Amino acid sequence: MSDTNAQSVSFVRDKMLPESAPPTLERGVVKWIRENLFSSILNSVLTLGSIYVIYWIVAHLYPWLANSVWYASSLNECREIRDATVGPGVPSACFAVITDRWEQLLFGFYPNDAYWRPVMALVAFLAAIAPVLFVSLPRKLLWFSAASPFVMFSLLWGGSIWGPITLAVGFGVGYAAFVLLGRVAGALVSVLGSIIAPVLFWMFLAGPIAGALTAVAPIGLPFVESRSFGGFTLSVIIGVSGIVLSMPLGILLALGRQSDLFIINKVSVAFIEVIRGVPLIVWLFTAQLILGYFLPPGTTFDLTLRVIIMVTLFSSAYIAEVVRGGLAALPKGQYEGADSLGLDYWQSMRLIILPQALKISIPGIVNTFIGLFKDTTLVVFIGLFDPIGLSNAIRASTDWNGIYWELFVFIGLLFFIFCYSMGRYSLFLERKLQRENR
Amino acid sequence: MSTITDPPKPGFRLSQLIYDTRYRSLTIQTVALILLVLAFSWLISNTIQNLEALGKDFDFGFLSSRAGYDINQMLIPYDNSMSHGRAALVGIANTLLVAFLGCVTATVIGVLVGVLRLSKNWIVSRLMAVYVEAFRNVPLLLWIVLIFALLTESTPQPRDFREGGSASMMFSESVAITNRGVFIPNPIWGPNSGILIAVFIASIIGAILYRRYAKKVLFDTGRLLPMTWPALAIAIIPTVLFYFILGRPVSLEYPVLGGFNFQGGIQLRNSLIALWVALSLYTGAFIAEIVRAGILSVSKGQTEASFALGLRPNRTMNLVILPQALRVIIPPLISQFLNLTKNSSLAIAVGYMDVRATLGGITINQTGRELEGMLLLGMFYLAISLIISSLMNVYNNSKKLKER
Repeated sequence: MSDTNAQSVSFVRDKMLPESAPPTLERGVVKWIRENLFSSILNSVLTLGSIYVIYWIVAHLYPWLANSVWYASSLNECREIRDATVGPGVPSACFAVITDRWEQLLFGFYPNDAYWRPVMALVAFLAAIAPVLFVSLPRKLLWFSAASPFVMFSLLWGGSIWGPITLAVGFGVGYAAFVLLGRVAGALVSVLGSIIAPVLFWMFLAGPIAGALTAVAPIGLPFVESRSFGGFTLSVIIGVSGIVLSMPLGILLALGRQSDLFIINKVSVAFIEVIRGVPLIVWLFTAQLILGYFLPPGTTFDLTLRVIIMVTLFSSAYIAEVVRGGLAALPKGQYEGADSLGLDYWQSMRLIILPQALKISIPGIVNTFIGLFKDTTLVVFIGLFDPIGLSNAIRASTDWNGIYWELFVFIGLLFFIFCYSMGRYSLFLERKLQRENR
Repeated sequence: MSTITDPPKPGFRLSQLIYDTRYRSLTIQTVALILLVLAFSWLISNTIQNLEALGKDFDFGFLSSRAGYDINQMLIPYDNSMSHGRAALVGIANTLLVAFLGCVTATVIGVLVGVLRLSKNWIVSRLMAVYVEAFRNVPLLLWIVLIFALLTESTPQPRDFREGGSASMMFSESVAITNRGVFIPNPIWGPNSGILIAVFIASIIGAILYRRYAKKVLFDTGRLLPMTWPALAIAIIPTVLFYFILGRPVSLEYPVLGGFNFQGGIQLRNSLIALWVALSLYTGAFIAEIVRAGILSVSKGQTEASFALGLRPNRTMNLVILPQALRVIIPPLISQFLNLTKNSSLAIAVGYMDVRATLGGITINQTGRELEGMLLLGMFYLAISLIISSLMNVYNNSKKLKER
């Protein structure tokens, strides 16, 4: 063989050549840029346009941020410092307003020496919500979650700790009535008993007991009025209580809207549509102006509490629609399967339908929560001091008259962090609960 | 041998109302109805007592009494000698104006951003993602206040437009952006302008008819007539021709600097612009996500199949992807429009005179009719959202996949 080759072909390579590198245009960064940024004329135009936009933004923002003044006691002092260091007329941010007033933006008019209380309440809230959010944590922590509303209340508002404790005991009374009556009488009696017993306890026993215990052992933090709440503390309080309270109410409304019972169905539909059809501002003004008309003469209660109730009702209607979407998306076989197993309505909802429906509706629910949290800023219009209201108040003071952007940047960033992390958590949960193979 | 006998019919017992599923639903509903009636009568009796204690009555007569306050932006004629009802109508018109403008621009922004965010171009898609996340995660109120501050704080004053001043008008002396608002030319409708408008409407109808005809030809014979350019020509050329034939019936009145402010032209107040821009950018970010999700919801097999059939990318988009994506996009899009309309009540932050500010604000303060005023205000928003959502249901049913 080799002889014939040797005669007919003058040269045969018997070794493999090393691979040569691809041409410069087809490798590395250049290839990526060519394929991703300049693959066509339109794409090149878009790329250049975006680069220009980014350049424009950076060119305007960078000097402003780079020359920022962090420590001063008034806007004028800020300007003087800027004139002395970088020269007059140069754009320069005056973040001194944040270092000067951040306590007010975060805590409103909460007493200075008690700032640890909202912070501890936030820590308590995070500790309470951790076992709910992350299943890998020990389940025993859920007991703390159940107790946390009372802990947070005593931390934030203060006053005698016996009030919240007797309130919590009421729930224990209800549970005890449920268990005891369940042994003696039928299910219906025990359910009724578990509702009536704690109500009676709260109405007739809780007040005297709490009063007596306070007289014997006056333990508790100094009381803080709702009026002194403000800033992000207020936003988080309204947002979190709205979120926590609206969830069960929303699920009930969604079940009501899916129900076959005519009256319950129509009532749920009417409630949901009326609440959703009218903007939150109008509801807040309703809470402020005309809620008093509907209550027995002489009743007055806290504006913050009224706002929390309104916000809860408002977002429960939105949650109801989201959950209804989840309920409707379940195949009919799931309902029929639950029925054929002989489960009653509540069992089938609790064990079969809701776990699946809620899983489908997680993104919508979290979006509603994000919307609710953002909407807490609207309380500024009925005279509560949320961060935006406080920014107006700060601007009205002589020291900081005329300062806008630094406050907006600070408030916007804080809201962004809260809402963006909620959105990320919903993505994480969606991925974790994904059971289908894709 | 066995005889079939009817099972014994037990008499009706009272406990069946609770334990028999046939009757239980009736029991539950009756109890619910009673509770509901009790709750309502409690609320109403409280209201009556409270109204009596305050010496007020429940009466909508205030709507026809003299309003006595001015509104700085009117789409329908109004002055302060007219009634509160008229003022409410002016407010409604203002609400609808900003809602309409907002919906249009938000849709344009949303569709553009949604499509660009899916682009393979890395920089563009990142930039759009930043825009969407920034606007979705920061309260709308903050954006409105921020844009309003931007408009009032960093735009020139009218006096800067004088000779030798630091600012100048744009688009050949026709548009002035000042800290008191944006001044744009005002069209003056001359004697024959009615004919011009009629021609314009007729040519739009003509363009639509042409497209329909071209589609019919395509479906009947398979012959593809050009669609876009002829339709555009039919829509525009006659109007332009008639504009000159009729001797330019429509002219523009330019804003001119006089005294301390601009005179003539139309003044778009900063409150309107701030509200409009903020609502469009904010809702646009949400619409972008809806559009993106809608396009992604069409499975890749559809695109591949239509390429396999030999359709060009353009036609694939128009004939295969979009019709399917629209089915997913439209319902949430409409609900975003509703949200925008309701969010326009944030006009309160910039002092824009919408219905909340006239009927729900000044009128209530002047007459002390909180109950009636808030009721009417709520009914207005409720009516809008019910009308739009019922229209949406009709549309949904017509576009729904017909299966089974």
